[in-house]
Amino acid sequence: MGQTLAEKVWRSHLVRSAPGEPDLLYVDLHLLHEVNTPIAFDGLRAAGRTVRRPDLTLGTEDHLVPTVDLFQRIEDPAMRRQAALLAENCAEFGIEVYRAGDRQRGIVHVIAPELGLVHPGMTVVCCDSHTTTLGAFGALAFGIGTSQVEHVLATQTLPMTRPRTMRVTVTGTLADGVYAKDLILALIARIGTAGAQGHIVEYQGSAIDALSMEGRMTVCNMTVEAGSRAGMVAPDEKTFAYLEGRPHAPAGDAWEAELAYWRTLRSDEDAVFDKEVVLDGSTIAPYVTWGTNPGQAAPLDGVVPHPSSFADPQERAAAERALGYMALEPGTSLRDVEIDTVFIGSCTNGRIEDLRAAADVLRGRKVADGVEVVLVPGSDTVRAQAVEEGLDEVFTAAGVRLRTAGCSLCAAVNEDRLRPGQRAASTSNRNFEGRQGKGARTHIVAPAVAAASAVAGHLASPADLAPRKDIG
Amino acid sequence: MRTFTVHTGQAAPLRIDNVDTDQIIPVRFLTRLTKAGYGQDLFADWRDDPEFVLNREPFDSATVLVAGRDFGTGSSREGAVYALTDWGFRAIIAPRFGDIFTGNAYQNGLLPVVVPEDVVVRLWDLLDREPTTPVTVDLEAGEVRAGDIRQRFSVPAETRRRLLAGLDEIGNTLDHLDAIEAYEAGRRAALPTTGRIARLS
Repeated sequence: MGQTLAEKVWRSHLVRSAPGEPDLLYVDLHLLHEVNTPIAFDGLRAAGRTVRRPDLTLGTEDHLVPTVDLFQRIEDPAMRRQAALLAENCAEFGIEVYRAGDRQRGIVHVIAPELGLVHPGMTVVCCDSHTTTLGAFGALAFGIGTSQVEHVLATQTLPMTRPRTMRVTVTGTLADGVYAKDLILALIARIGTAGAQGHIVEYQGSAIDALSMEGRMTVCNMTVEAGSRAGMVAPDEKTFAYLEGRPHAPAGDAWEAELAYWRTLRSDEDAVFDKEVVLDGSTIAPYVTWGTNPGQAAPLDGVVPHPSSFADPQERAAAERALGYMALEPGTSLRDVEIDTVFIGSCTNGRIEDLRAAADVLRGRKVADGVEVVLVPGSDTVRAQAVEEGLDEVFTAAGVRLRTAGCSLCAAVNEDRLRPGQRAASTSNRNFEGRQGKGARTHIVAPAVAAASAVAGHLASPADLAPRKDIG
Repeated sequence: MRTFTVHTGQAAPLRIDNVDTDQIIPVRFLTRLTKAGYGQDLFADWRDDPEFVLNREPFDSATVLVAGRDFGTGSSREGAVYALTDWGFRAIIAPRFGDIFTGNAYQNGLLPVVVPEDVVVRLWDLLDREPTTPVTVDLEAGEVRAGDIRQRFSVPAETRRRLLAGLDEIGNTLDHLDAIEAYEAGRRAALPTTGRIARLS
C-alpha cells in the first residue's frame, strides 16, 4: 500500500521507533518567539543542559513588539522583561534572533518562508499553534507547548505518536472575489472545530492547486482551527518557484538534488487516508464568522442563525452563548452588522498578497467615519514591498496608516487591543471570547471583505461598495 | 516530572463546551516568568461573575474539573496548564480535549481524562445533587469513580508509565543520544541552517 505525504515525511524523520513507545522524531527547524519560551530556557539551565542545535533554531520578536512605534518602550514591566528575555536567552545559547530594527524581522510564520527556511519534507516546530501555516510547503509543521520547546532545545527531537491522516479535496474553481480565507472558513464551518482532531490534513484538488503559496499558507494556518495537528500541501512548481533564490534555499547542484527529492514528496496514488472530506470549491462564497469559534461561520450573504436551527443540543447551547457574547440577534442580515474596527494583518493574512487585496478595495475610496483600521504587515519585508509597490499611498489616501510588523490585534498581547464591546472585522484566525481584548467582538473575514467593511462601516464585500470616485 | 497515581478530591462541573485556552488563561496574563502564580488568572474573564462555578462553594476548592466537549482547544500556550495546576487541579474530565493541550497537561502531571459524553453529564448531575461527592481519578486502575459511577479510561502506555513513575522525558530521550547522532550523520547536507546570510534581497 502506498504512503501519504505525511507518512513519508514522518518516516524520513524517525530517529527511533519502538513498540509501545511514541516515535522519536527529528526536528529540522525550531522557531522561537517571546511568549511562552522563557520557562523552557529556565528548565534547560536548571537541569544543566544546553541547546543541541542552535544552528537549527531561530528566534524572532513578533508577539509583544509595538506596531505604531517599533522602538516604543513597553509599559508593562512583566511584558518588557519577557520581550528582553528572548534576545538574552538566544544570546546565551548562540541562537540567531531577528529583533526590532532588523529588516527581515516579522511574524514567525511569515518570515520563515520569506527567508527560504522552510523546504518541502522538513519538520518544523514552534511554540505557537499556527505553525501549521508552514505545511503549505509540504513540510510537517506543528505547534508545541513550552515543555516540548525545552525538549527540542535539549535534544532536537520530539517524542510523538503519529497522528491519523485526513484528506481534504477541494474540487472546482473558486469564484472571483472568493479567497483562501473563505475556503478554510467554509471547511471549518462544515467539519467543525474538532473535525480534524488527531489528524494531519493534506489538501488536494484543483482549487488548492490554483492557490498561490500565500493562499496555501492561509489555508494551512487555520487548519489548526479544525483541531488538526498539521495541514499540508504537496510541493509543486509554485512551491519551487517561491523558494528559488531565497536566502536559505539551496543553490546550484544542491538545488537540483533537492528538487529531485522534493518531487517525490506527494501522496502515492494508492495511499489510504483515515478520513476523507470533499468540498466543491465553486460553491464557496465569501464567509464571515458570527460566533465565538472559527466554525461558527456563514456566507456573508446569509443571516445570523437561530440557535434553534442546530439539531445538536450542545451546538445549540454554544450558539446561544456565542450570540449573547457577540450581541447579535438571530435573523439579522450579516451585512447589517456594523463594525467600528478593522484589523488587516496576522500570520493568516499579513502577507503581500493580502495587502494588495486590501489596497485594491481601498484604492480611490475612504474609510467610513468612526471606523478605525489597524493595518499591520506580517513582516517588515512585506512592509517594504508594500511601500515599493506604492500601496502605502493608497492606504494613506483612504485614511489608513501602514504600521510596522507584528502579531498586533490578532494576539492582542501588546498595546494593540480592543475595548469591551468593540466590534471588529478581522483577517486574523480566532474569534474566541476576549481574543482581541476583554469583551471585544470579532468577525473573521478575508482581507478584501475587511477592506470593504472598513469603507462601508458594516460587514460588506467589495461588490457591495459604490463605484469609486476619480480613479484615474 | 510530577507523578500521578491516584487522586481523590472535590470536583467542579464546568457546563461549557469548547473551552479554548484563551478562556483558560487570556493572553495578557502570559507574561509570568515562572509556572507559579498563574492560578490567580485562571478563567480570568469569567471569574468576575459571582455565579461562575469556581467562585461558588464547595467548587472553589475543586481539584478535579468536569468539563464539556473540546476542552483546551486553540492556542498552544502551556500557561493554560500552569493556571490549572497552580490553582490546584490534578485532573480534567471531558469527552474530548485539544491535542496540544493534552500533551502540555501530561508534561505537568495534570491528567486529561477522556470519558464518554453521557458520563460527563452523569457527573455534572451528581455534582448538582450532591456537590461534595468525592471524585477519584485512578491512573493505576485506569478508572474514574464517583458515587455509583465507574468509568474506565485509557492513557497512552508510555505516558502512563512516565506519569506513574514521574520520569523526566528529556532525560529519557537523551538516553538515546547515539540514535540522534546517527540520524544527524545521515541528514542531507542541503538542509538549511538558521545563521544569517549576507545575500538577503
